[in-house]
Amino acid sequence: MIKPEEIKMSTDESGKWGMVIDQDICTGCQACVAACAMENNISFVGEADSGYGRSMHWIRIERFWEGEYPEVKMTPNQPMMCQQCGSATCEPVCPAFATIHSQAEQLNLQVYNRCIGTRYCANNCPYQVRSFNWRDYERPEPLPNQFNPDVTVRRRGVMEKCTFCIQRIHKAQDKAKSEGREVLDGEFTTACAQACPASAITFGRVDDPESLVSQLAHRGHGVKHLEELGTLPNVTYFKGG
Amino acid sequence: MAGYNNNAVHKKVESAHPKAESHHHDEEHFREKHLMLDPLPRGQMNDMVMESMTTTSWKFWAVFGLLSVIVAVCLFYVWGYMISEGLGVTGKNRPSYWGLFLVNTVFWIGISHAGTFISAILRVFKAEFRRPFTRAAELMTTFGLVQAGFSVFMHLGRVWLFYWLLPYPNQRMLWPNLHSPLSWDLLAITTYLLSSTMYLFLPLIPDLAMARDKSTGWRKTFYKTLALGFRGTEGEWTHLRNAMNIFAFAIIPVMFSVHTIVSWDFAAATRPGWNSTIFGPYFVVGALHSGMGAVVMVLAVVRGTMKNMKYFIRPEHFDAIGKLMLIISMAWAYFFFNDYMVQWYGGDKWTKQLLHFHEAGPMGWMWFAMLIANIAIPWAVLWNPKWRSTPWIVFVVGLIINFGMYLERYIIVPVSLSINRMPFTWRLYYPRVEVLLGIGTLAFFIWLYMAASRLIPLIPVWEVEEGQMAHELKKFGRETVVSVSELE
Repeated sequence: MIKPEEIKMSTDESGKWGMVIDQDICTGCQACVAACAMENNISFVGEADSGYGRSMHWIRIERFWEGEYPEVKMTPNQPMMCQQCGSATCEPVCPAFATIHSQAEQLNLQVYNRCIGTRYCANNCPYQVRSFNWRDYERPEPLPNQFNPDVTVRRRGVMEKCTFCIQRIHKAQDKAKSEGREVLDGEFTTACAQACPASAITFGRVDDPESLVSQLAHRGHGVKHLEELGTLPNVTYFKGG
Repeated sequence: MAGYNNNAVHKKVESAHPKAESHHHDEEHFREKHLMLDPLPRGQMNDMVMESMTTTSWKFWAVFGLLSVIVAVCLFYVWGYMISEGLGVTGKNRPSYWGLFLVNTVFWIGISHAGTFISAILRVFKAEFRRPFTRAAELMTTFGLVQAGFSVFMHLGRVWLFYWLLPYPNQRMLWPNLHSPLSWDLLAITTYLLSSTMYLFLPLIPDLAMARDKSTGWRKTFYKTLALGFRGTEGEWTHLRNAMNIFAFAIIPVMFSVHTIVSWDFAAATRPGWNSTIFGPYFVVGALHSGMGAVVMVLAVVRGTMKNMKYFIRPEHFDAIGKLMLIISMAWAYFFFNDYMVQWYGGDKWTKQLLHFHEAGPMGWMWFAMLIANIAIPWAVLWNPKWRSTPWIVFVVGLIINFGMYLERYIIVPVSLSINRMPFTWRLYYPRVEVLLGIGTLAFFIWLYMAASRLIPLIPVWEVEEGQMAHELKKFGRETVVSVSELE
C-alpha cells in the first residue's frame, strides 16, 4: 500500500526517459504516426471525425508555413507528442487520479480504467497532445488481428496519450533483469523512433550522461517547447543547426 | 373572495375638509403602492395563497404537458443516446474539449445564485421589499442547482462512473484527487445544494402548517408530513427564527465560495485568458447578474399567470429589483473591464492573440452582443423608475441579460478553448446535441417550478404578514410617513 507521504505530484528536474527530435532532418513522411498507431492500438476515427479535430494520433507532424501563396516559406516539420513533463500540468487537475506520475519510470501515465472523462487534463495540457475517445470506433476484420497484445484497447469516454511506448520499456527491463544486467543504451527504442527513416528521433535515458540521447540533448542549441511554463518537458528539439 | 382590491374600505372615510382629503389621498397612494402598507385580514391572505395554488387552468396543463414531452425527449432520451454512442455525437473536438455542457453548468449555477442573494442577503440587511418573493427566489436556487448537476454529469465521458468523484471507502484505497479544482467543485456544489435546500425548507414550515390547516385529502397528508407538526407556539417560532438566522448568515459565504470555486476550474488552469486572478469575484457578480435577471422573469410570469399574485407582487418590487440589477450590471462592467484591461496590458502574446480572437474572430459578434446585453441595455432602461416598474419591460431586460451572460460563459469556455499555445490545433467548436440537452435542462427547470407552484405556497404568507404588522403610517406634521418597527 502506498503511504500518503510517498505520493508526489511532480518530480525533480531530471527525468528518466527522454527524447531528442531533429527537425532539420525530419522529412514529414508520417512513418512515425503510422508506426505509433500500430504499436499502441490507436483507433481509426474516419474522415469526418478526423476533419473535425478528433484524430487520435499520439504523435502528429505539425506543418507550418510563412507568407501567402506563391511566396510560401516552409518551416521545418515539427513532430509533437506528449513531452512527459517533469512537472506536468495535466496531473493535478484530474479529480479521479487517472492522470498520474509514475514513480518508477518518471513518466506521465494515463490510467484508462480510472478515467471518467472530465477532459480537464486535455484542456490543461499546453502541448495539446491528449486524445479523447469520442466514440467506440469501428475496427473491421481483419484489423483486430494486428492488435498489439501488450497494449490495452481503450473504449469510449476515456483519455489517452503517448506513453513513450512503456510496454517496450518494461519488456527491455524484464529481459535485462533476467540476464542480470542493466538496460543498454540503444537496446530498444520507441515505435516512432524505430520507424523514422531519417533517424530524426532518438530515445533513451536522459539521466545517463553517456547515452546518445543525453549527448545529443546537451549539444547546445536544443530547445524544449514552452519551457517558460515550468513544465520541465523531457523532449528536446533541434532546428536550424 | 374580495381579491386584493380593498380600496372601497378606505374610500368610505372621505371627508369634506380639504386638508383631511389630501391626507387620505396620500394614504391611499401609499397603500396602492406598497404591499407592506396594504394589509389584508390574515385569513383572507391565507385563502388567497391557497387559491393560487389550487386553481389550475387548462393552459397550465397544456404547458406542463408540452414541457414533460420536451424533458422526456430532449433530456432523457437524448442523454441516453449520448451515453450509448459516446460524446462523439456532441460538437466537442480538440482543442475544445469542454463545450456547451460546462457553459450550461456555469449558467445554471449563476441562476441559482440570485435566490440566495435575494433571500439571505436581503433578509440579513432587513430589506423590507424582499418579503413576498424570497420563496420564489429560493426555489430558483434549488432547481437551478439540479440543472447544473445534470449538465455537469452530461459532460463526463463515462458518466456511469461518476461516483469515483466521491470519497467513498473502497478496497483499493483510491480517493478523489483533492488537488483538482473539479473535486473542490463537487464539494462546493453539494454543500450549496444541501444548505440551500434546508434554507428553502425552514421558512416554508409555517406556510406548510397554514396549508395543512386549510386543505383536505391528499394535500392534507402532504402538508402534514412536511410541516413536521408545526403549531406556531412561541417556542417553535423562536427556534425557527434562530435556525433561519444562522442559515441566512452561513449561506452567504457558501454562495460566494461556490461560484468562486467554479471560476477556479478556469482560473487555475494553465491557459491564456483563463489564468486570471480576478475570475472569482467576476464570476460571482456575473452569477448575480444573470440570477437577478432570472428572478425578475420568474416574478413577472408568476404575477401575470397565477391567481391573486397581483396583490403580492407589485410594481414596487420590480422597481426595487430593477435598481439592484442596475447596480450589479455596473459591478459586472467594472470587473469585466478590470479583467480585460490588465490581461491586455500584460502583453503576453498568447493572451493578446486570444483577446483579439474574442473581438475580431468568427465569434466576435458574441463579444459585442455580450457587452450590449449586459451593460448597454440594462443601463439604458433601468435608470428610469417608470420603466423599471413595468413588469414586461423588466422581464425583457432580464431575458436580454441572461442571453448576454450565456454568451459570456460561451466566450469563456469553447471560444477561449479554440485558441491555445499550439497553433496547429486551433479549431472552432460547433455545438450539436448539446443544444437539445440544454433545452432539456431549461424545460426541466420550468417543469419543476410549475410543479412546485401547485404544491407549495409560492408566497411566504407569514413573512408578508409579519412585515405588514411592522409597518404603519404616521403623521409627521403635514406629511404622512412610513414607520417600520423592529420585530425580530
